[in-house]
Amino acid sequence: MPAVSKGDGMRGLAVFISDIRNCKSKEAEIKRINKELANIRSKFKGDKALDGYSKKKYVCKLLFIFLLGHDIDFGHMEAVNLLSSNKYTEKQIGYLFISVLVNSNSELIRLINNAIKNDLASRNPTFMCLALHCIANVGSREMGEAFAADIPRILVAGDSMDSVKQSAALCLLRLYKASPDLVPMGEWTARVVHLLNDQHMGVVTAAVSLITCLCKKNPDDFKTCISLAVSRLSRIVSSASTDLQDYTYYFVPAPWLSVKLLRLLQCYPPPEDAAVKGRLVECLETVLNKAQEPPKSKKVQHSNAKNAILFETISLIIHYDSEPNLLVRACNQLGQFLQHRETNLRYLALESMCTLASSEFSHEAVKTHIDTVINALKTERDVSVRQRAADLLYAMCDRSNAKQIVSEMLRYLETADYAIREEIVLKVAILAEKYAVDYSWYVDTILNLIRIAGDYVSEEVWYRVLQIVTNRDDVQGYAAKTVFEALQAPACHENMVKVGGYILGEFGNLIAGDPRSSPPVQFSLLHSKFHLCSVATRALLLSTYIKFINLFPETKATIQGVLRAGSQLRNADVELQQRAVEYLTLSSVASTDVLATVLEEMPPFPERESSILAKLKRKKGPGAGSALDDGRRDPSSNDINGGVEPTPSTVSTPSPSADLLGLRAAPPPAAPAAPSGAGNLLVDVFSDGPAPQPSLGPTPEEAFLSELEPPAPESPMALLADPAPVADPGPEDVGPPIPEADELLNKFVCKNNGVLFENQLLQIGVKSEFRQNLGRMYLFYGNKTSVQFQNFLPTVVHPGDLQTQLAVQTKRVAAQVDGGAQVQQVLNIECLRDFLTPPLLSVRFRYGGAPQSLTLKLPVTINKFFQPTEMAAQDFFQRWKQLSLPQQEAQKIFKANHPMDAEVTKAKLLGFGSALLDNVDPNPENFVGAGIIQTKALQVGCLLRLEPNAQAQMYRLTLRTSKEPVSRHLCELLAQQF
Amino acid sequence: MSRGKCCKGGEGLEIRFILIQNRAGKTRLAKWYMQFDDDEKQKLIEEVHAVVTVRDAKHTNFVEFRNFKIIYRRYAGLYFCICVDVNDNNLAYLEAIHNFVEVLNEYFHNVCELDLVFNFYKVYTVVDEMFLAGEIRETSQTKVLKQLLMLQSLE
Repeated sequence: MPAVSKGDGMRGLAVFISDIRNCKSKEAEIKRINKELANIRSKFKGDKALDGYSKKKYVCKLLFIFLLGHDIDFGHMEAVNLLSSNKYTEKQIGYLFISVLVNSNSELIRLINNAIKNDLASRNPTFMCLALHCIANVGSREMGEAFAADIPRILVAGDSMDSVKQSAALCLLRLYKASPDLVPMGEWTARVVHLLNDQHMGVVTAAVSLITCLCKKNPDDFKTCISLAVSRLSRIVSSASTDLQDYTYYFVPAPWLSVKLLRLLQCYPPPEDAAVKGRLVECLETVLNKAQEPPKSKKVQHSNAKNAILFETISLIIHYDSEPNLLVRACNQLGQFLQHRETNLRYLALESMCTLASSEFSHEAVKTHIDTVINALKTERDVSVRQRAADLLYAMCDRSNAKQIVSEMLRYLETADYAIREEIVLKVAILAEKYAVDYSWYVDTILNLIRIAGDYVSEEVWYRVLQIVTNRDDVQGYAAKTVFEALQAPACHENMVKVGGYILGEFGNLIAGDPRSSPPVQFSLLHSKFHLCSVATRALLLSTYIKFINLFPETKATIQGVLRAGSQLRNADVELQQRAVEYLTLSSVASTDVLATVLEEMPPFPERESSILAKLKRKKGPGAGSALDDGRRDPSSNDINGGVEPTPSTVSTPSPSADLLGLRAAPPPAAPAAPSGAGNLLVDVFSDGPAPQPSLGPTPEEAFLSELEPPAPESPMALLADPAPVADPGPEDVGPPIPEADELLNKFVCKNNGVLFENQLLQIGVKSEFRQNLGRMYLFYGNKTSVQFQNFLPTVVHPGDLQTQLAVQTKRVAAQVDGGAQVQQVLNIECLRDFLTPPLLSVRFRYGGAPQSLTLKLPVTINKFFQPTEMAAQDFFQRWKQLSLPQQEAQKIFKANHPMDAEVTKAKLLGFGSALLDNVDPNPENFVGAGIIQTKALQVGCLLRLEPNAQAQMYRLTLRTSKEPVSRHLCELLAQQF
Repeated sequence: MSRGKCCKGGEGLEIRFILIQNRAGKTRLAKWYMQFDDDEKQKLIEEVHAVVTVRDAKHTNFVEFRNFKIIYRRYAGLYFCICVDVNDNNLAYLEAIHNFVEVLNEYFHNVCELDLVFNFYKVYTVVDEMFLAGEIRETSQTKVLKQLLMLQSLE
């Protein structure tokens, strides 16, 4: 018994613990415990006052019993008494008992406040720390009320010991997180930031955590910490491995502090001050350089500590997303780790690369590692590593490698762990749809999914293939043929029967000319599967049969025979029986014309976000919070993947708002033919919510309504709000904007910098800044080829009235752009009055003799001239009411296209230019903003409100401004961003 | 840039709980930095044990757990587990565990499982010196041990 022999503890306690350990059975243990409890109770109740030591010993025994999992219903008072002891060991046990048990007895807290107060005031650092640790461990609101005001004082007092400062900083952090309203901001906050300069590294380590938390809530008030953090980091990073003595861990100077500082910097955009930024970039480069140096120790601790800093550095580089050079270096470094012998590093490299794949600067660099990643998917032993590899393949997928990635994922699916099959199926389905160039490939892929992993192909997936086949007539014949062949396999998955039944019922006529798939053959093939299928599938097949009667009159007699059979007409299942009866009657009483009308081919489905994508998001977990949803693993928010590629969703184009109504209004005319397919498909977005309503009655939208004011009647204007008015055709000599122009423009509504356009030849980058009604924009034209561009002529064109609304001055650029070179063009922009259409940027040049021309929309939208305005709730409501004319308001209700993350939403709204007003909306989930659009001629005040509904994955956005077109335009611009 | 990564780790470097368990699933330390009720704690303890003990040495030291992740390391028959947010720095916590274990080893002179059983009330003190409010408080082994020895000398 080594511990007993240490002899400094409580002998009685050690004996008791030994006894418990020696108990042979649970019963014996309980018996021993009960005996001890009786003993302790009698001691506590006894007439003799217990000395401090005994009290401590018994309280400690009680604590041990509690930790074994037994309830403790006495002893609390004795523990509280221990707090006022003058002896450390007694005080410590008292505090420990309270910290551990407080959950089950919060009344204790009130009893101990006095003791804590005394200890905080004791000037004895040991006692002060005990009290601070107790507050930090309990962290309840009552404690906040009692002590939140004292702790800042202790933290910044000149005479506080270092260890007390450390504890005070974290104690304050805990209270601030639990009840921010209780912690008074004040003079101390400025001094807290300066703790970053403290001589004691432990104080800095604790203080950084507090500062990071404060920065997140009040970024502007703590901006000064950026330069302090950078210089601290710089001193650590550049120090030799032994400089920091106590804080060097396996030859790595202050790894944890470095990581914390790097995370603090991730609360902010890149430093504005050029000197600070330069210093920081130097630090980041130093870390990347050090990764290439030979290790100073072979111990894994050394490399782990070093790489902890490296990965955090890479996170910061990705966060800034503005230094192409660093991004590419980061990617190369991770590339080395992909083949490292440490599983941890391979895992982390895959994970980190996933975020790099979504940066426009490093996407291409990530793609070069495709073979290694595919290999990881095949060979890694740890399923979580394979999963990261699958995530990364998904993130790096674009049109150029989609076929390879999809086929590898399909191959992997055959042997994949059951736990991740469904996710892989969803991902394959999404990629196949997004990057389908020819839809026969898409159909093949989905049918392969069903063949390989039929059990994991959820309804969303096979609904979606039906939707797409229905909407694209160029693929219907192929789909019918393929599905017919697939059904000939002796054992095919029931999902295949569903897809086959539906497609043949709609499009079987397209292959009926071939005698091998004549109508009777099609029917008997389907019917051969009938008896093995579930009720739902049989119901679907019955609908296929009635559709066959219309498509192929020659099958009528056979099918009527099937419907008439007792096994159908008298089926125990009501649904099947009803269908058999109704279809039989329909086929006998209706004339051919009526039949043809009722059983007509399904109309195209209204397009909206892929239901599969919604499913994948749900799978990632609704409660996952910002951490999971911040877009890291969800490439749906990924610019590269989601941006430029036209998706099949564009085949039909009802407006997004009409879509909502379409959901409810559209049991399609041929409803019986698509019972499980179409019906569910149309409502599945709401499957987490209330059941779908058959009529235009109350709808899931109601969830959006709150008490702010009675809902405005849904004016036709709001509902019909169509995508932005079509841009006026430009002057004769400028071609129409490229099809993606609107999408590219949308990417820049909430941000000012980035890559505006890129193709094989040319990359156009943008950097811009706006103040009041003025703006300056830098355009960078990069020649990606090795051949010189000639007659290079970028011009800005003002379509329509824009000339009177916006003045853009450009400078000419050199007419030649060398291979690999970049030229810069400066634009000075003045907003004269409100405008709706952006100017056009036309770029012409000759490449290898061939004229090239390209027209884009310049990312100048009215919101760039937004001036954020802070106002109190009262003012907001007053102004809101002043803008109550129906035409002053624009409203849009739309589906979330990205994970619904409050932090991201905030950032977007701020990027959009409005101020965010807290404590205005009674519902804290909602966002309220205000700003003024500054133009030379007039100012337009603007209020906005965004109400997310996480359950339905939808938003309602309301804009009110004094000018009707502005409201509508802003509303449309902003609605695209979520 | 209005990227999702904007305010990374809404909660910062924050530990949700620290668990020390043996292979049989007996808890040797449970330190909670988030409010859970007693039943929930028991459930978490069992779940963590279930996900961690099935992994072998070739696996990573990280495992996704509910909406968080567990960073763990095995020392002889004991698993040291720290539960953090999914985007927290894995390696920093992995080494924080090791740093903690080295302190225990020094403090108890070749620590073994029984030391943690008989001195459970001291282990809490070690934890509070190194981790507080879910954050890393002190990383210098020298400083922590000096403080622990000072406390040890007090009555």
